[in-house]
Amino acid sequence: MSTLASTAVDLARWQFALTTLFHFIFVPLTLGLAPLLAVMQTLWHRTGEERWLRLTHFFGTLFLINFAIGVATGLVMEFQFGMNWSAFSTYVGDVFGPPLAIEGLGAFMLEATFIGLWIFGWNRLSPKVHLATIYLVWLGTWLSAYFILTANSWMQHPVGYELNSQTGRAEANDIFQILFQGFVLFAWGHAILAGLMTAGFLVLGVACWHLRRGRNVDVFRSAAKLAIIVVLPLSAVQLWFGSHFGIYVTDAQPMKIAATEALWDTEQPAGFSLFQIGGFTVDDQTPSFDIQVPRLLSFLATGSFSGKVEGINPLQSQAERQYGRGNYIPDIRLVYWSMRVMAYLGTLSVLLALWGGWLLWRKKLEDAKWFQRAALAGIALPFLSNFAGWILTEAGRQPWVVYGLLKTEDAVSSTVSAWTVGLSLGVFVSLYTVLALIDLYLMRRYARFDPPEIGGEGEEGAPQPAPGY
Amino acid sequence: MTLEILWFTLLCFLWTGYFVTEGFDFGVGMLLPILGRDEDDRQTMFESIGPLWDGNEVWLVIAGGATFAAFPVWYATMFSGFYIALLLILVLLIVRVLSFEWRAKADSRRWKAVWAWMNTIGSVGAPLLWGIALASLLHGVPIASDQSFAGGFGDLFNGYTVLAGIAVCLLFALHGAVFLTLRTLGDLRERSRHTASGLAPAAAVVGAGFLVWTLVVARDVNDKGVFPGILPVAVAAVAAVGAIFLVRAAKEQWAFAATAMTIVAVVVTLFVSLYPRVMVSDPQFSNSLTIDNASSADYSLTVMTVVAAVLVPVVLLYQAWTYHVFRTRLGGEDAGSPVDLIARKTGG
Repeated sequence: MSTLASTAVDLARWQFALTTLFHFIFVPLTLGLAPLLAVMQTLWHRTGEERWLRLTHFFGTLFLINFAIGVATGLVMEFQFGMNWSAFSTYVGDVFGPPLAIEGLGAFMLEATFIGLWIFGWNRLSPKVHLATIYLVWLGTWLSAYFILTANSWMQHPVGYELNSQTGRAEANDIFQILFQGFVLFAWGHAILAGLMTAGFLVLGVACWHLRRGRNVDVFRSAAKLAIIVVLPLSAVQLWFGSHFGIYVTDAQPMKIAATEALWDTEQPAGFSLFQIGGFTVDDQTPSFDIQVPRLLSFLATGSFSGKVEGINPLQSQAERQYGRGNYIPDIRLVYWSMRVMAYLGTLSVLLALWGGWLLWRKKLEDAKWFQRAALAGIALPFLSNFAGWILTEAGRQPWVVYGLLKTEDAVSSTVSAWTVGLSLGVFVSLYTVLALIDLYLMRRYARFDPPEIGGEGEEGAPQPAPGY
Repeated sequence: MTLEILWFTLLCFLWTGYFVTEGFDFGVGMLLPILGRDEDDRQTMFESIGPLWDGNEVWLVIAGGATFAAFPVWYATMFSGFYIALLLILVLLIVRVLSFEWRAKADSRRWKAVWAWMNTIGSVGAPLLWGIALASLLHGVPIASDQSFAGGFGDLFNGYTVLAGIAVCLLFALHGAVFLTLRTLGDLRERSRHTASGLAPAAAVVGAGFLVWTLVVARDVNDKGVFPGILPVAVAAVAAVGAIFLVRAAKEQWAFAATAMTIVAVVVTLFVSLYPRVMVSDPQFSNSLTIDNASSADYSLTVMTVVAAVLVPVVLLYQAWTYHVFRTRLGGEDAGSPVDLIARKTGG
């Protein structure tokens, strides 16, 4: 491959990685805040207590600021496949297309239509029907995530297809296997839990910011309580669920796990490396410094403390026998640290949630200044974990774009020059930087406001006369 | 074979859905600097499309997804080939989408003015480029024998495609102006009607020019006869002329139906003229992408047909309901006048 062509691949990869990560700042928040808003509004509906309505409006505004940017950046994802990855699109369109089309028709439309009804429908719909709209938004966001992850899971673990020798393309032959394979169930559960934690820690952090200043204490005590009730069990469930996902991946993509653990040779039992310096490249397989927990990797990867975990070297030889000469090893340093950032921050989340739970139980939440500071900083934890998790799953699949079938370097648009990809990368990086700054500014601004008073004005769209059509 | 025809038809339907629905919210965005004289006007205009634009835009997302699913080769060649145009469309749509949620989120006049302009720029630029891009599918672009795009950004621009872009913009502006006559009250409604009356003949003339040229292009480069393309052209002509009279006669609902019908007929004309090709190759006509050589296998098409048969009616139902919920007029300063009070009692 010529230098310019490989530059085009690199640039296209950078663009995909950056635009996906940027999109994935907002998506988990939407996945998690939609149900939390539904719960808040339901509590108001059931109890008639005004603070729940005020919280619904307050966090609803934060939700919408992000929702807009999620929608706007989602379109880029859809178009990008065809623009930068036309060989990939042709190869997988038959399999990949149906979930994307179902996502649009079955999920995204639901979300987009009912979000409009929810925002503008406060005075036009009966309270019950209006409450139903936020539940439909919730349903839409979760379904949407499911179908997108169906497509991604197929890239990780292709099932339910056959190769058409005439066209050289993959063709679906079992839609149910594609839609309900283990990989997508794990990936979806993992992403939903991540979303709930992202939103939970955001609500908790914002609530604590207000509590620390003694502002709107009545209202935000309830918000903090709700958030802790959500994140305390779920952060623990996520650790457990994530580790089971790991066992599944060991089976489906052994190389990903071996690379993630920088495990060069097959071991039984295998220890888990907590921290290491060196040992990340073929020429330097032995770390100069290493802290290990004996047998833990065997447990994490296989579910048994004496399980056998295959190493990078034998897997590389095996891949060469199967697919021909080449390098089948992902960027080990990148995936090793992504996994650890994700897991360590996940553990930190559990501790923070436990701390909050304990304070809640002792009814000391309002006076715990240090916890309130920590909770504010804790907003960042899930976002960073989400980033790391996404890098791990995508970088760990390399050099494949479709595992075992299509290499990333063969997936790009051969007719699009490096210059063109570079231009669009530049455009997106500049545009997204500006958007991120504005979003951050708006989030800070609205997170510091008092929740809107209820009664009189203050809701969008007062009752209107005269039908127009 | 029949499945390919079905999905070609469905794509025509999805693009029609996108142009008819997002068409009016693009139109409202275009008219912001003209009709939005003060902050109240602009607020009303934003509010008139606020609950609707997002659902409207999903038609595009679905059209994109359906092209990917049903005609992967078409999707791959068109999207990688029309790269710069699509990049521009994405940027325009992104700033436009954000203008809806972000404009009202800060108090400064400057902030609001900037976001209103972002909306307008996106509302003019995106349909202009979509018109150019879709018309290029028919007018022909260089395609290699391996079905990949062999041209450049410049191949999208010629008299015909640029006229297509302008025609789409004018039609959308008219569609948006008529929509505003339906959704607003008082002075803004009057001015919208005035603007619509002015736009209607212009849109009709340019639209007619584009459609006749389409028939010529279809004959010259795509091996088509005048029939059946002439049928939707005739419908478009009747609807466009109807729109001129209905706008002037202040029959707002009917005028909106007429502009919607015109847009439907324009999209249908384009698709009828394309069939059975999806992307015409010029100069090597034999390299053209067709519904057969660009499509997915029957299994995927069957699955999607079942999905579409179940979901499309549901989607249409709840989108129609949304339009019903947001049928009331906005922002009339004379909302307290006797006429409107009666309207409120009887209809609101």
